[in-house]
Amino acid sequence: MWKQTLPGLRMVLVLTVLTGLVYPAVVTGLCQLLFPAQANGSLIARDGTIVGSSLIGQSFTRPEYFHPRPSGAGNDGYDGTLSGGSNLGPTSRKLVDRVKATVDDLARKNPGHLKPWPADLATMSASGLDPHISPEAAQVQTGRVAAARALPPAHVASLVARFTEGRDLGFLGEPRVNVLLLNLALDRESKR
Amino acid sequence: MTSNGLLQIGAYFLVILALTKPMGIFLARLFQGERTFLHPVLRPLERLIYRLAGVRQDVEQRWTEYAASLLSFSFFSFLSVYAIERLQALLPLNPAGMSAPAPDLAFNTAVSFTTNTNWQAYAGETTMSYLVQMAALTVQNFASAAVGVAVAVALIRGFSRQQSDTVGNFWADLTRGAVYLFLPLSLAAALWFCSQGVIQNLSGYIKATTLEGRTQVIAQGPVASQEAIKMIGTNGGGFFNANSAHPFENPTPLTNFVQMVAIFLIPAGLTHAFGRMTGDSRQGWALFAAMSVLFLAGVLVVYGAEQSGNPNLARLGAGGGNMEGKEVRFGVAATALFATITTAASCGAVIGMHDSFTPLGGLVTLFNMQTGEVIFGGAGAGLYGMLLFAILAVFIAGLMVGRTPEYLGKKIEAKEVKMAMLALIATSAAILLFTAVSAVIPAGTGTVNNSGPHGFAEILYAYSSGAANNGSAFAGLSANTPWYNLTIAIAMLLGRFLIIIPMLAVAGSLAGKKRLAVTSGTLPTHGPLFIGLLVGTVIVAGALTFFPALSLSPVVEHFLLLEGRLY
Repeated sequence: MWKQTLPGLRMVLVLTVLTGLVYPAVVTGLCQLLFPAQANGSLIARDGTIVGSSLIGQSFTRPEYFHPRPSGAGNDGYDGTLSGGSNLGPTSRKLVDRVKATVDDLARKNPGHLKPWPADLATMSASGLDPHISPEAAQVQTGRVAAARALPPAHVASLVARFTEGRDLGFLGEPRVNVLLLNLALDRESKR
Repeated sequence: MTSNGLLQIGAYFLVILALTKPMGIFLARLFQGERTFLHPVLRPLERLIYRLAGVRQDVEQRWTEYAASLLSFSFFSFLSVYAIERLQALLPLNPAGMSAPAPDLAFNTAVSFTTNTNWQAYAGETTMSYLVQMAALTVQNFASAAVGVAVAVALIRGFSRQQSDTVGNFWADLTRGAVYLFLPLSLAAALWFCSQGVIQNLSGYIKATTLEGRTQVIAQGPVASQEAIKMIGTNGGGFFNANSAHPFENPTPLTNFVQMVAIFLIPAGLTHAFGRMTGDSRQGWALFAAMSVLFLAGVLVVYGAEQSGNPNLARLGAGGGNMEGKEVRFGVAATALFATITTAASCGAVIGMHDSFTPLGGLVTLFNMQTGEVIFGGAGAGLYGMLLFAILAVFIAGLMVGRTPEYLGKKIEAKEVKMAMLALIATSAAILLFTAVSAVIPAGTGTVNNSGPHGFAEILYAYSSGAANNGSAFAGLSANTPWYNLTIAIAMLLGRFLIIIPMLAVAGSLAGKKRLAVTSGTLPTHGPLFIGLLVGTVIVAGALTFFPALSLSPVVEHFLLLEGRLY
């Protein structure tokens, strides 16, 4: 019995040092050396302050910004320390009530658009930190944003087109617009 | 379903098909003790590990010794994870100042990672320090996967050896898997993931001031190193609560594709290694074919169901596919594909919230786990699980024609069938009995997130995931309660060791037998007839066992959804 037991303990200790300390340390060292921007969170600074990460969605409620999807991360949404979705099932009354409120809100804020709304704009993402919306979800907001910024709608639409990323390698995933990057570009445009 | 969605699914399957043979050749060489192209670099590390652990690689073990070594290793693994978790407040690399998780949660998590389940009753970014993530959880991602592969290899030796009373050496199999397989693959994958945006640092959480002037705190950590082995080892335990849906774990559709490939890479390769090591690669391809049939059927059901969306939301003017709990960058097709892969394998990582899937989408994920994750399955676990079904399939075929069943020239007798049934019944019983009890006691029903049949599905999913060592969840269930932490831990232990030990017993028994010559009366186990029989056995065993429970949850929910009933 002891013949098997002691090696078990020693093997756990050896593998802990190798795969639990050495391996992550080597990966950390190499990543910090080779890809420091990515390794540290793809952070975006404006005028010397960190305004967020290009990979992590954030809340936008003002009319002059494009709005992200509803978020289930934390109580107010887009909490970068509490990722997660609603976990509401398809027959949930809570889900249906929530989507109804979202759709009503969308209609109020974006008059002129008729149903249906893009599915992503009415639903919560899995992470609650989804940085993207679909190109259609950006499109329905273009009129509102243009009016709030007194910019020509065609100008805002062309900006949306510029920030629309296609599918990876032409076929993986879905086309998308990064909300934070688009809104940063809008701010730059308005300043000019 | 769109043509682009089907293209993603087809491309994925072709990549797996293309990688199966090279991976299988490498695995067969490695575990037959031959030199691989990695030996010049890694052999000194392998020898160092043997020396430090005080084991000899060349001592052959009987199946009982092999099992004892495995249990000892798993027991100390459990203790180590538990201790590091409970002491995390006193240990370094805890910039967020996390306090120790409660004993029941620490116990559940330690069992979970030791058994390759990676069920998580906690949210990583608010519970576990960087040291726990690295020195406890990442270690078990390597170790539990290497244990699974070791068991598969021992079982293959049962078929390939004749009149032998040994099945290999556990320490050598474990070490070789970790050193030559999981470490180099993980290192490469981690660096590439990081280049694509997966974070890897030991900094404290970052405070950002958003464009609208709010404060956003963004969790950090050594994610890439864990992400890589999490997928390659079919572990699936996310660094963050949202798992691979979190942009820091899985930032782009391309990283997502690689993560999906990483899940099936070793399980698929092992089918070919099985064929090679038993001297007939057609046998490996037969298993591969049976798995592929079940896999592709599952993907199409999930994709079709998710794409058709939720009629309740369509009525409100939010039409299109079901995007609740899905990320825009992945969309419906990739999320459906990932969900099928992760539950077919014992991975359990998610890029979408399964709890918010349509009933039929959720049904497939449940079915995949309940049939024991034999559709490629976990690293090692998938192969030995499918071989369990192969034993049952030839047994059933033998009953039909009145001949002693054989598989690969080995007589399948009472002992092998009893062991296979023990494994099958133990996990099924764990799922159904715990679900039944939880569905009627307040400790069980008190923490579901959804009412109606979907609430029952949350409970059923939890125990299916635990017993199958999957680790994904209908995550609305608040499982961090003493009842769920304890009972799911028991389900995980039963689902791990009551398959491993019987399968090692089968390995020992088979290794001792002679290999019979093929005669005209032998059932060929490499053709379409056997593939069909194997697929049928998996479906029938799963259907007979779980049909009543599934009828009460996703099936009835599907019809209620069509009716527009809400809960």
